[in-house]
Amino acid sequence: MEPIIIEGTPKTPTVKFDAIEGVFEIKGRSIPENSVEFYKPLVDWLDTYKETPLIKTVVNIRLEYFNTSSSKCILDVFKKLEAIHKAKNEVEVNWYYEEDDEDMLEAGEDYESIIRVPFKMIEIVE
Amino acid sequence: MGFDIENYLTDQSKKNVILFYKGNVDSDVINHVLDTVEDKMVQINEQAKLRKKVYNVLVESLQNLYHHVDKVPEDFEDQTSEKFGLLIVEKVDYGYKIITGNFVHADNIEKLEEKIKRINRSSHEEIKELYKFILNHQRISAKGGGGLGLVDIARKTGNKLDYTFKRYNDKYSFFYLNILVDEREQV
Repeated sequence: MEPIIIEGTPKTPTVKFDAIEGVFEIKGRSIPENSVEFYKPLVDWLDTYKETPLIKTVVNIRLEYFNTSSSKCILDVFKKLEAIHKAKNEVEVNWYYEEDDEDMLEAGEDYESIIRVPFKMIEIVE
Repeated sequence: MGFDIENYLTDQSKKNVILFYKGNVDSDVINHVLDTVEDKMVQINEQAKLRKKVYNVLVESLQNLYHHVDKVPEDFEDQTSEKFGLLIVEKVDYGYKIITGNFVHADNIEKLEEKIKRINRSSHEEIKELYKFILNHQRISAKGGGGLGLVDIARKTGNKLDYTFKRYNDKYSFFYLNILVDEREQV
């Protein structure tokens, strides 16, 4: 599978989905007006990946900001990962948040409570 | 207009207004506003925690305007703005005040007011649960909104949503949302 590599912009995150390493990363700011347009290709890619996933997939989410419209799309990404996990593959989500950013930590906890995949909350200390 | 913007700006100590905008709210305007306010907050060494909250709330308020404003009344002075909105960002003690304004068609007032009232009578814990519920159960609307903006604003600020509808004519009212983002401890 071809990897997805998208450079970040002030409103959209850097994305690296690598099916060979099994490491997926979303990093930066996700505040586009039209988040569906941005996330749809990622969700579609995961749909294909979930047919033949690696035994272990690691997902690193390291967002500085995300808007509520992205929050729904990120949930869609997690739902695909949940399906992979449900099919007895290992999936690990690392949710990074900056020191003192309780809102970002809480956002991670929201997903953790909705999605049945193990989450690790990792505080970034500068 | 009911709530007179020009009066508001002269009544209060004008120097504390960081940004004032009225006109079409498109993607470029949103980018520009976000950059301006972010730069300003960095310049005056605002704490990262407050800076992030203000930025988040600004994104949601602007995108609420972008996704949800109704068309302007036919006799309104500005007919060129497809998405007419108003925004004031003001530095106040302990934080920032973000005021937005937009036209709401009479048919849509009740629904919007119901939504705000529901949020305002909820505790912080209930707002968190409401956020999660909407996140998990509601699809993104045709307009592109997720229905989460106001809930997110209330959750992040920990403050009640202060609002007014000023009647413009039989068909339209102007909706003001007055958001306080402050660093006082939330309960």
